[in-house]
Amino acid sequence: MTGQDVALVLLGVVALGGGVLCVTTRQIVHAALWLVVAFGGLAGSYLVLTAEFVAWVQVLIYVGAVVVLLLFGIMLTRAPIGRNDGLDSENRWVALVVAVATAALLVTTVVLGFGGAHKDVKPGGGSADALGSSVFRTWVLPFEVASVLLLAALVGAIVLSRTDIGAKDGD
Amino acid sequence: MHIVYPAVISALLFAVGVYGVLARRNAILVLMAVELMLNAVNLNLVAFDVWWRDRLHGGQVLTLFTIVIAAAEVGLGLAIILLVYRNRKVVDVDALRTLREDAVPGEGDPAAEAAEAVEAGL
Repeated sequence: MTGQDVALVLLGVVALGGGVLCVTTRQIVHAALWLVVAFGGLAGSYLVLTAEFVAWVQVLIYVGAVVVLLLFGIMLTRAPIGRNDGLDSENRWVALVVAVATAALLVTTVVLGFGGAHKDVKPGGGSADALGSSVFRTWVLPFEVASVLLLAALVGAIVLSRTDIGAKDGD
Repeated sequence: MHIVYPAVISALLFAVGVYGVLARRNAILVLMAVELMLNAVNLNLVAFDVWWRDRLHGGQVLTLFTIVIAAAEVGLGLAIILLVYRNRKVVDVDALRTLREDAVPGEGDPAAEAAEAVEAGL
Protein backbone atom coordinates (compact mmCIF):
# COMPACT_ATOMS: atom_id res chain seq x y z
CA MET A 1 0.00 0.00 0.00
CA THR A 2 1.73 3.15 -1.18
CA GLY A 3 1.29 6.68 0.14
CA GLN A 4 -1.03 7.43 -2.75
CA ASP A 5 -3.28 4.53 -1.75
CA VAL A 6 -3.35 5.69 1.88
CA ALA A 7 -4.29 9.25 0.90
CA LEU A 8 -6.95 7.96 -1.48
CA VAL A 9 -8.50 5.69 1.17
CA LEU A 10 -8.51 8.48 3.78
CA LEU A 11 -10.17 10.93 1.39
CA GLY A 12 -12.61 8.20 0.39
CA VAL A 13 -13.51 7.69 4.04
CA VAL A 14 -14.16 11.44 4.35
CA ALA A 15 -16.36 11.38 1.23
CA LEU A 16 -18.23 8.27 2.40
CA GLY A 17 -18.77 9.68 5.89
CA GLY A 18 -20.11 12.92 4.43
CA GLY A 19 -22.40 10.95 2.13
CA VAL A 20 -23.74 8.72 4.89
CA LEU A 21 -24.40 11.69 7.18
CA CYS A 22 -26.01 13.55 4.26
CA VAL A 23 -28.57 10.79 3.71
CA THR A 24 -29.21 10.09 7.41
CA THR A 25 -29.16 13.49 9.15
CA ARG A 26 -32.40 14.79 10.61
CA GLN A 27 -31.73 18.44 9.78
CA ILE A 28 -32.23 19.37 6.16
CA VAL A 29 -29.67 22.20 6.08
CA HIS A 30 -27.07 19.92 7.64
CA ALA A 31 -27.66 17.49 4.77
CA ALA A 32 -26.56 20.17 2.30
CA LEU A 33 -23.49 20.95 4.41
CA TRP A 34 -22.51 17.27 4.69
CA LEU A 35 -22.89 17.12 0.92
CA VAL A 36 -20.14 19.79 0.75
CA VAL A 37 -17.90 17.49 2.83
CA ALA A 38 -18.58 14.56 0.50
CA PHE A 39 -17.87 16.65 -2.61
CA GLY A 40 -14.70 18.05 -1.02
CA GLY A 41 -13.44 14.55 -0.25
CA LEU A 42 -14.11 13.51 -3.82
CA ALA A 43 -12.26 16.58 -5.15
CA GLY A 44 -9.29 15.54 -3.00
CA SER A 45 -9.51 12.03 -4.46
CA TYR A 46 -9.35 13.51 -7.96
CA LEU A 47 -6.24 15.47 -6.95
CA VAL A 48 -4.59 12.29 -5.64
CA LEU A 49 -5.51 10.56 -8.91
CA THR A 50 -3.61 13.37 -10.76
CA ALA A 51 -6.81 14.79 -12.30
CA GLU A 52 -6.25 18.40 -11.21
CA PHE A 53 -8.57 20.07 -13.70
CA VAL A 54 -11.52 17.82 -12.86
CA ALA A 55 -10.86 18.44 -9.16
CA TRP A 56 -11.11 22.21 -9.53
CA VAL A 57 -14.16 21.93 -11.76
CA GLN A 58 -15.70 19.74 -9.06
CA VAL A 59 -15.03 22.39 -6.41
CA LEU A 60 -16.33 25.21 -8.63
CA ILE A 61 -19.49 23.54 -9.97
CA TYR A 62 -20.55 21.22 -7.16
CA VAL A 63 -19.40 22.97 -4.00
CA GLY A 64 -19.84 26.43 -5.51
CA ALA A 65 -22.99 26.19 -7.60
CA VAL A 66 -24.98 23.01 -7.00
CA VAL A 67 -24.95 23.17 -3.18
CA VAL A 68 -25.90 26.87 -3.24
CA LEU A 69 -28.75 26.00 -5.63
CA LEU A 70 -29.90 23.22 -3.27
CA LEU A 71 -29.78 25.62 -0.31
CA PHE A 72 -31.90 28.08 -2.30
CA GLY A 73 -34.37 25.26 -2.95
CA ILE A 74 -34.47 24.40 0.76
CA MET A 75 -35.23 28.01 1.67
CA LEU A 76 -37.76 28.62 -1.10
CA THR A 77 -39.80 25.53 -0.16
CA ARG A 78 -39.85 26.78 3.45
CA ALA A 79 -38.38 23.52 4.71
CA PRO A 80 -38.52 23.16 8.49
CA ILE A 81 -35.22 24.44 9.89
CA GLY A 82 -34.03 22.40 12.84
CA ARG A 83 -34.53 18.83 13.88
CA ASN A 84 -37.27 17.08 11.95
CA ASP A 85 -38.09 13.39 12.22
CA GLY A 86 -40.29 13.37 9.11
CA LEU A 87 -37.46 13.50 6.55
CA ASP A 88 -37.25 9.71 6.15
CA SER A 89 -40.14 7.66 4.83
CA GLU A 90 -41.39 4.53 6.59
CA ASN A 91 -39.75 2.15 4.11
CA ARG A 92 -36.21 3.10 5.13
CA TRP A 93 -35.44 -0.49 6.20
CA VAL A 94 -36.34 -1.75 2.73
CA ALA A 95 -34.13 1.01 1.33
CA LEU A 96 -31.30 -0.08 3.63
CA VAL A 97 -31.62 -3.70 2.45
CA VAL A 98 -31.57 -2.61 -1.20
CA ALA A 99 -28.54 -0.35 -0.61
CA VAL A 100 -26.60 -3.07 1.24
CA ALA A 101 -27.40 -5.54 -1.54
CA THR A 102 -26.21 -3.02 -4.16
CA ALA A 103 -23.00 -2.38 -2.22
CA ALA A 104 -22.33 -6.10 -1.75
CA LEU A 105 -22.89 -6.84 -5.44
CA LEU A 106 -20.74 -3.97 -6.72
CA VAL A 107 -17.90 -4.46 -4.22
CA THR A 108 -17.78 -8.21 -4.89
CA THR A 109 -17.65 -7.64 -8.64
CA VAL A 110 -14.96 -4.96 -8.39
CA VAL A 111 -12.78 -6.91 -5.95
CA LEU A 112 -13.02 -10.09 -8.02
CA GLY A 113 -12.22 -8.16 -11.20
CA PHE A 114 -9.45 -5.82 -10.06
CA GLY A 115 -8.38 -7.27 -6.69
CA GLY A 116 -4.62 -7.33 -7.20
CA ALA A 117 -4.21 -4.93 -10.12
CA HIS A 118 -1.37 -2.49 -9.50
CA LYS A 119 0.17 0.15 -11.74
CA ASP A 120 2.17 3.30 -11.08
CA VAL A 121 0.45 6.59 -11.88
CA LYS A 122 2.45 9.45 -13.37
CA PRO A 123 1.35 13.07 -12.90
CA GLY A 124 0.53 15.36 -15.80
CA GLY A 125 -2.32 13.43 -17.43
CA GLY A 126 -5.05 15.62 -15.95
CA SER A 127 -3.71 19.13 -16.47
CA ALA A 128 -5.87 21.82 -18.05
CA ASP A 129 -3.47 21.74 -21.01
CA ALA A 130 -3.97 18.04 -21.76
CA LEU A 131 -7.73 18.08 -21.09
CA GLY A 132 -8.26 21.26 -23.11
CA SER A 133 -6.56 19.91 -26.21
CA SER A 134 -8.57 16.71 -25.82
CA VAL A 135 -11.90 18.52 -25.45
CA PHE A 136 -11.34 20.87 -28.37
CA ARG A 137 -9.92 18.24 -30.74
CA THR A 138 -11.44 14.82 -30.15
CA TRP A 139 -14.51 15.69 -28.10
CA VAL A 140 -15.53 18.97 -29.68
CA LEU A 141 -18.88 17.68 -31.00
CA PRO A 142 -20.09 16.40 -27.57
CA PHE A 143 -18.87 19.72 -26.16
CA GLU A 144 -21.13 21.65 -28.52
CA VAL A 145 -24.04 19.29 -27.80
CA ALA A 146 -23.50 19.94 -24.07
CA SER A 147 -23.82 23.68 -24.70
CA VAL A 148 -27.13 23.12 -26.53
CA LEU A 149 -28.28 20.93 -23.62
CA LEU A 150 -27.47 23.70 -21.14
CA LEU A 151 -29.41 26.19 -23.28
CA ALA A 152 -32.40 23.83 -23.37
CA ALA A 153 -32.23 23.37 -19.60
CA LEU A 154 -32.07 27.15 -19.14
CA VAL A 155 -35.13 27.72 -21.34
CA GLY A 156 -36.96 24.87 -19.61
CA ALA A 157 -36.25 26.24 -16.14
CA ILE A 158 -37.48 29.70 -17.20
CA VAL A 159 -40.68 28.26 -18.70
CA LEU A 160 -41.29 26.21 -15.55
CA SER A 161 -40.79 29.09 -13.14
CA ARG A 162 -42.73 31.82 -14.94
CA THR A 163 -46.38 31.99 -13.95
CA ASP A 164 -47.61 34.30 -16.72
CA ILE A 165 -46.95 31.95 -19.66
CA GLY A 166 -48.61 28.79 -18.38
CA ALA A 167 -51.80 27.13 -19.61
CA LYS A 168 -54.81 29.40 -19.86
CA ASP A 169 -57.78 28.94 -17.57
CA GLY A 170 -60.19 26.36 -18.93
CA ASP A 171 -57.54 24.37 -20.80
CA MET B 1 -1.73 2.61 -7.21
CA HIS B 2 -4.27 -0.12 -6.68
CA ILE B 3 -7.37 0.48 -8.83
CA VAL B 4 -9.50 -1.46 -6.35
CA TYR B 5 -9.52 1.35 -3.75
CA PRO B 6 -11.22 4.05 -5.85
CA ALA B 7 -13.51 1.41 -7.38
CA VAL B 8 -14.66 0.19 -3.94
CA ILE B 9 -15.09 3.77 -2.63
CA SER B 10 -17.16 4.59 -5.69
CA ALA B 11 -19.32 1.47 -5.28
CA LEU B 12 -20.00 2.26 -1.61
CA LEU B 13 -20.81 5.89 -2.40
CA PHE B 14 -23.24 4.74 -5.08
CA ALA B 15 -24.94 2.47 -2.53
CA VAL B 16 -25.22 5.40 -0.11
CA GLY B 17 -26.91 7.36 -2.90
CA VAL B 18 -29.31 4.48 -3.57
CA TYR B 19 -30.27 4.45 0.11
CA GLY B 20 -30.85 8.20 0.07
CA VAL B 21 -33.06 8.10 -3.03
CA LEU B 22 -35.19 5.29 -1.60
CA ALA B 23 -35.39 6.38 2.05
CA ARG B 24 -35.76 10.15 1.89
CA ARG B 25 -39.14 11.82 1.77
CA ASN B 26 -38.24 15.43 0.96
CA ALA B 27 -37.73 15.89 -2.80
CA ILE B 28 -34.66 18.12 -2.33
CA LEU B 29 -32.97 15.43 -0.24
CA VAL B 30 -33.73 12.93 -3.02
CA LEU B 31 -31.96 15.29 -5.46
CA MET B 32 -28.94 15.42 -3.13
CA ALA B 33 -28.77 11.61 -3.08
CA VAL B 34 -28.93 11.57 -6.89
CA GLU B 35 -25.94 13.94 -6.89
CA LEU B 36 -24.06 11.49 -4.66
CA MET B 37 -24.71 8.67 -7.15
CA LEU B 38 -23.51 10.81 -10.07
CA ASN B 39 -20.35 11.66 -8.14
CA ALA B 40 -19.66 7.98 -7.46
CA VAL B 41 -19.77 7.36 -11.21
CA ASN B 42 -17.45 10.34 -11.77
CA LEU B 43 -14.86 8.89 -9.38
CA ASN B 44 -14.95 5.61 -11.30
CA LEU B 45 -14.50 7.40 -14.63
CA VAL B 46 -11.52 9.44 -13.41
CA ALA B 47 -9.87 6.46 -11.71
CA PHE B 48 -10.05 4.24 -14.78
CA ASP B 49 -9.00 7.06 -17.11
CA VAL B 50 -5.84 7.57 -15.02
CA TRP B 51 -5.39 3.83 -14.70
CA TRP B 52 -5.44 3.14 -18.46
CA ARG B 53 -3.49 6.35 -19.27
CA ASP B 54 -6.05 7.12 -21.95
CA ARG B 55 -4.37 9.29 -24.60
CA LEU B 56 -7.71 10.93 -25.51
CA HIS B 57 -8.63 11.46 -21.82
CA GLY B 58 -12.06 9.99 -22.48
CA GLY B 59 -12.84 9.33 -18.81
CA GLN B 60 -11.96 12.80 -17.55
CA VAL B 61 -13.75 14.55 -20.44
CA LEU B 62 -16.82 12.39 -19.82
CA THR B 63 -16.59 13.40 -16.15
CA LEU B 64 -16.72 17.06 -17.20
CA PHE B 65 -19.81 16.31 -19.32
CA THR B 66 -21.41 14.48 -16.40
CA ILE B 67 -20.82 17.52 -14.19
CA VAL B 68 -22.46 19.75 -16.83
CA ILE B 69 -25.46 17.41 -17.09
CA ALA B 70 -25.73 17.19 -13.29
CA ALA B 71 -25.79 20.98 -13.05
CA ALA B 72 -28.56 21.16 -15.66
CA GLU B 73 -30.43 18.37 -13.87
CA VAL B 74 -30.28 20.16 -10.52
CA GLY B 75 -31.48 23.41 -12.10
CA LEU B 76 -34.45 21.76 -13.80
CA GLY B 77 -35.19 19.52 -10.80
CA LEU B 78 -35.34 22.48 -8.46
CA ALA B 79 -37.57 24.37 -10.90
CA ILE B 80 -39.96 21.40 -10.93
CA ILE B 81 -39.85 21.09 -7.12
CA LEU B 82 -40.59 24.80 -6.70
CA LEU B 83 -43.52 24.45 -9.14
CA VAL B 84 -44.87 21.51 -7.14
CA TYR B 85 -44.44 23.50 -3.92
CA ARG B 86 -46.28 26.48 -5.43
CA ASN B 87 -49.21 24.31 -6.51
CA ARG B 88 -49.40 21.83 -3.60
CA LYS B 89 -47.59 23.53 -0.68
CA VAL B 90 -45.75 20.25 -0.09
CA VAL B 91 -42.53 18.73 -1.46
CA ASP B 92 -42.74 15.29 0.18
CA VAL B 93 -42.60 12.63 -2.53
CA ASP B 94 -44.83 10.40 -0.38
CA ALA B 95 -47.60 13.00 -0.43
CA LEU B 96 -47.75 13.40 -4.24
CA ARG B 97 -50.13 10.56 -5.01
CA THR B 98 -52.45 11.89 -7.71
CA LEU B 99 -50.80 9.73 -10.41
CA ARG B 100 -51.07 6.45 -8.51
CA GLU B 101 -53.47 3.67 -9.35
CA ASP B 102 -56.77 3.59 -7.53
CA ALA B 103 -56.60 1.75 -4.24
CA VAL B 104 -58.43 -1.51 -3.84
CA PRO B 105 -62.02 -0.61 -2.84
CA GLY B 106 -62.61 -0.81 0.87
CA GLU B 107 -58.93 -0.63 1.83
CA GLY B 108 -58.15 3.05 1.50
CA ASP B 109 -58.97 5.85 3.85
CA PRO B 110 -62.23 7.38 2.50
CA ALA B 111 -61.47 10.87 3.84
CA ALA B 112 -58.03 10.95 2.21
CA GLU B 113 -59.47 9.69 -1.09
CA ALA B 114 -62.15 12.37 -1.04
CA ALA B 115 -59.47 15.01 -0.37
CA GLU B 116 -57.42 13.68 -3.29
CA ALA B 117 -60.44 13.74 -5.57
CA VAL B 118 -61.00 17.40 -4.69
CA GLU B 119 -57.32 18.10 -5.24
CA ALA B 120 -57.32 16.32 -8.60
CA GLY B 121 -60.37 18.31 -9.63
CA LEU B 122 -58.38 21.54 -9.35
